[in-house]
Amino acid sequence: MSANETPFDQFRGTDEYIADPALLAAVNASIALGRPLLVKGEPGTGKTVLARHIAAALGKTLITWNVKSTSKAREGLYEYDVVQRLNDARFDDRDVADIRSYIRWGPLGRAFRSDEQVILLIDEIDKADIEFPNDLLQELDEMKFDVVETGDQVEAKHRPIVLITSNSEKELPDAFLRRCVFHYIAFPERSLMSAIINVHFPSIEKTLLEATLYRFYWLRGLEELRKKPSTSELLDWIAVLIRGGIDVEAIKAELPFLGALVKQERDVENVEVRLRGRGGMM
Amino acid sequence: MSLWGGERDGESRRKGAGGGGDAAGAPPEKPWLIDFLYALRRRGLDVVPNEWFAFLGALEKGVAAESLTGFYYVARATLVKTEAKYDLFDLAFAEFFRNLKPPPEIAEAVEAWLAAGAPFDLPLPESLADYQGLDLEELIRKFEETLAKQNEQHDGGSKWVGTRGTSPYGRDGVHPGGIRVGGAGGGRMAVKIAQRRLFRDYRSDRTLDVRQVRVALRRLRDLVREGAADELDLDETIDETCKNAGEIELVWQRPRKNRVRLILMMDVGGSMDPYARLVERLFSAANAEKHWRHFESLYFHNCVYNRVWKDGRFREEIQTPRLIADHDGDTKLVIVGDACMAWSELFSANGSVDWYESSGEPGALVLRRLADHFRRAVWLNPMPKMAWGHPTVSAIGDMIPMFELTLDGITEAVAALRRAG
Repeated sequence: MSANETPFDQFRGTDEYIADPALLAAVNASIALGRPLLVKGEPGTGKTVLARHIAAALGKTLITWNVKSTSKAREGLYEYDVVQRLNDARFDDRDVADIRSYIRWGPLGRAFRSDEQVILLIDEIDKADIEFPNDLLQELDEMKFDVVETGDQVEAKHRPIVLITSNSEKELPDAFLRRCVFHYIAFPERSLMSAIINVHFPSIEKTLLEATLYRFYWLRGLEELRKKPSTSELLDWIAVLIRGGIDVEAIKAELPFLGALVKQERDVENVEVRLRGRGGMM
Repeated sequence: MSLWGGERDGESRRKGAGGGGDAAGAPPEKPWLIDFLYALRRRGLDVVPNEWFAFLGALEKGVAAESLTGFYYVARATLVKTEAKYDLFDLAFAEFFRNLKPPPEIAEAVEAWLAAGAPFDLPLPESLADYQGLDLEELIRKFEETLAKQNEQHDGGSKWVGTRGTSPYGRDGVHPGGIRVGGAGGGRMAVKIAQRRLFRDYRSDRTLDVRQVRVALRRLRDLVREGAADELDLDETIDETCKNAGEIELVWQRPRKNRVRLILMMDVGGSMDPYARLVERLFSAANAEKHWRHFESLYFHNCVYNRVWKDGRFREEIQTPRLIADHDGDTKLVIVGDACMAWSELFSANGSVDWYESSGEPGALVLRRLADHFRRAVWLNPMPKMAWGHPTVSAIGDMIPMFELTLDGITEAVAALRRAG
């Protein structure tokens, strides 16, 4: 069977999103198997953006569920607004006997009820309670759930393509992991990073690109840094450098606009100490 | 014949064995594929049937696009669920496919041709099509055939053995499942990728990073309701509203908070100096956990005597008896140190290496008191377990449960702290 007659929608990356073959294989395995894709990686490696680009490439709608530390699994399915109903019961203008009008669909509920296949992004699942992923297991497996208050069953009309991201703030339960396709986005190597920069700044001068890359990886290599700068910070930094019309020689000699890359006061001090020493020479 | 349908060696082909598909409709399985599963399990990757069938399903649907590189990525995505085990997977993969290398004498003969380079052109996809779906064994056979016909060096092109071509043999070329002959492996053959072992640093039994430590420490929690009542108690609200004849009566409750108190004590200076940075990282991880009710980090040198310090430069001290008096016995105590010292430093009355630290009490007694008071105490040792033969290490380990300062060790230690609670 050759690649162009595969029985599922294939993701091949987009002009703006550069994905390595490992990530493409994982995305396509997840789509083909109908299993959720769990993407892990350092902050700023493009996990959330990936969902947007899969949606764009496959021409599907994206539904995002931003998980918070207080999120409960059920909120993703639906919420029964009992307080509203209770309040309405005091007045005559609404039919409080109709429980269905007090059901508010969550992102998962909307994805299941959609008339066409959608992409469902469950963003930063590790922010929630440890039990949160387990509570979603059955719904993601069987793609259906019951609305207890009405006795209705909601079944996915089209199995959504589910993408889950995690910053590894918490470990995820084993049973949950077993059901996912997994991909870890490693921090981009130099060559991939320069491709990424070229996408964002197509007209960047080669010397500037090289000088910033050198500085960036030098910074990331410093062990004493508490928070290493990520891709998005590098892109911000380059934008500032271009706007400020900074000379390439200046980047080689010092670190202008260090604040765009390093955010913690102690890290700034550490970097300055290193810059004064030999380590900072280019 | 597809790459996955083919047997790994001639013998099994003659036997004509072909494992049947399972009930779930996975593709017909060949003996070497199941060998691959057990090769992974032998390396400590606990692949379960559910994951294996997912993997077979993905192969059947053509996700791997009939290349060994695709096979590698799809297997990793479906069978390995943490970056900490990517390295084990790489090892198992490289080990399993190692015997698919061309015979060494051929490799040597070709090495000479491959020495020179030519400008790199990406091949057209059509020229790759001829070679897609070749069995690996077939690939090796064709490689030898091609080599036999070839009698000069060859760069570029799509048929002969040489550099940067699209034929599946040679070096730095582009072919989905090609055979690489020597060189540094720019051509990204799957086994080569596995052999690069890029994820060595992510192993949980070797390394420790701040984030991972934070994850492990986060398990230490004990939620109780306290603080200002600012959470709506729905059930009570409904009850009270009913009693109130339908006029809404809101009832509030206090939110749940973590009540864990933790003291971290770290050995600095002396034999611990090589681990200072590691301990510093552990400290930063623990300090970031602001949700603890109480967190304190203290320092000591070599062994805990009658005083410990609030800073690593030994400026602000706190008396150990004061520490015991100030903190509830439920407070969890984590001590980080190598526990490695002279016998006298632990057991004699004035054992401290610090001249001003002549407390008159042996370190062992102070540790005993700490262990008696803080019922939930653990000792994290940065030395690997096999280096724990030192007498003071086992003496301290008898008083306070000792764990390795690795991610696995910290996870065990946290479990021990929770059990004790």
